[in-house]
Amino acid sequence: MRKQLCDALVGRAARSDMVFLTGDLGFMALEPLQQILGQRFINAGVAEQNMMSVAAGLAAQDLDVWVYSIAPFCYARPFEQIRNDIAFHDLPVKLIGNGGGYGYGVMGPTHHAIEDYGVLLSLPNMSVFIPTFDQDMDAVIARTGASRHPVYLRMGRGEPPKGYAVPVYAPWRQLTEGDGPVVIVVGPLAGTYIETFERMPQEFRPNLWVVAELPLELNPLPTNLIAQSEQASGLCVIEEHVRHGGFASDLLLHFAERGITVRNFRHLYARAHHFDRYGSQSYLRKASGLDVDSLLVTLGGI
Amino acid sequence: MHFDSGVGHIGGNLSALDVLLIVFHEYLGFEDKFILSKGHAAGALYTTLWSIGRISDADLRLFHRDNTLLAGHPPAKGIADIPFATGSLGHGFSLAAGTALAFRLKHSSARVICLTSDGEWQEGSTWEALIFAIHQRLSNLTVFIDHNNLQGFGSTSDVASMSPLWDRLRGFDVELLVIDGHDPDAIRDSLAHDTQQLRVIVLRTIKGRGVSFMENRMEWHYLPLSEDQFQRAVAEIDAS
Repeated sequence: MRKQLCDALVGRAARSDMVFLTGDLGFMALEPLQQILGQRFINAGVAEQNMMSVAAGLAAQDLDVWVYSIAPFCYARPFEQIRNDIAFHDLPVKLIGNGGGYGYGVMGPTHHAIEDYGVLLSLPNMSVFIPTFDQDMDAVIARTGASRHPVYLRMGRGEPPKGYAVPVYAPWRQLTEGDGPVVIVVGPLAGTYIETFERMPQEFRPNLWVVAELPLELNPLPTNLIAQSEQASGLCVIEEHVRHGGFASDLLLHFAERGITVRNFRHLYARAHHFDRYGSQSYLRKASGLDVDSLLVTLGGI
Repeated sequence: MHFDSGVGHIGGNLSALDVLLIVFHEYLGFEDKFILSKGHAAGALYTTLWSIGRISDADLRLFHRDNTLLAGHPPAKGIADIPFATGSLGHGFSLAAGTALAFRLKHSSARVICLTSDGEWQEGSTWEALIFAIHQRLSNLTVFIDHNNLQGFGSTSDVASMSPLWDRLRGFDVELLVIDGHDPDAIRDSLAHDTQQLRVIVLRTIKGRGVSFMENRMEWHYLPLSEDQFQRAVAEIDAS
């Protein structure tokens, strides 16, 4: 997605008020943006705390401010700067974290970002965008850029099956239809289930949905998804994020407050904080029970 | 107002008050920004803003009470002359650097003043800000350091071996001045000329300045005044 991100931001760079800050990351990806922005492309160095507060200072003067790092460095160390300086003042700083979830899997636990959106959505005025496919990036950058509030953009890599016709971006998209359980996935992980689901007979095939914008109070569930959830044999939420503060909690609160009931709720989530062996994103997904085979076992139980 | 509200942090307010009064009364223009990084000196900032008519008597009386605009540290909203909520140390210099950079990118001649504490230089983020501001050659930014030698639970030299701070700063590419932070003329002179570098002005100050039993006493970082202490302090200040 980095190329698509760069292309989308280059398309925005004609704005004279745009400023892009990076924490010394983006080599072999962001050079075209650096070239077109000139002095408005600022490598703030290996100093994420300062970078976030500088971003707040820039945004308070009505500049269009984007901040880039890899996802784990984007929110954890500078959390207080994001909270005090950006979120408390409701400044429209756009935080971009590349490699959300297990994106930097075998790089080790310091490079996993599996509590990122839960942490950030605890802050006032914050919203989160999680593009599913590479083709989403133009729309996501346009929507992110239009926000007058702080935004976190969690980037991964698009993983559609070969030859898949990616549907036009929307905050909610249904990717497969059937008479089976409802499966709601946060972000690119959804792409890894499409091919298997499409091969399943109609009577068992899940209704696969992907959500790309959080929290739910800003991005309500489609009415047909609510209806499917009430009628289906079960509902499974899958996210490359820890259990606490994740999307599933928000969804169940949303349902509980509205009297929406579902049968056989299941939650599959990231567990790597408890692992002592590491591997690729695929390895860690499988170890967390997020791979398609593990999902099928879970769905078989409902 | 600290006595009325039963709140402390008086020592670091008194060490900062002289520079605040000069900066707001004599230096800042309409477009300029001031950022109080040592947010625990909020009382001195509120009093200074009151003295130039930017905070009302009624608001000042509500300092540190329920339903106040004026919390114990600078608020995020409600006071136009306070651009950022501060109080967690190590934020203000970076916020000031971002503001100064914004002014430069917008081709504005506006200036930024930031006041840090000396203990605050134990925060890594303050050094990140120094490196950034120097690299960006933010000559429209002046950083004052209220060097009163005392912090919350010891002297700055007892807690971290960096004192005097100006010796640590000499290796950086800044315009470094060390002045008496209670000498109005010295403060005026330090701001009187333009510079091509980031300007860092170390204010040699006295914690609890102006009240003999508070001066250079660490406990006045936190303690509120008793009735007797309040009366003695007022009598001393009136007599001077």
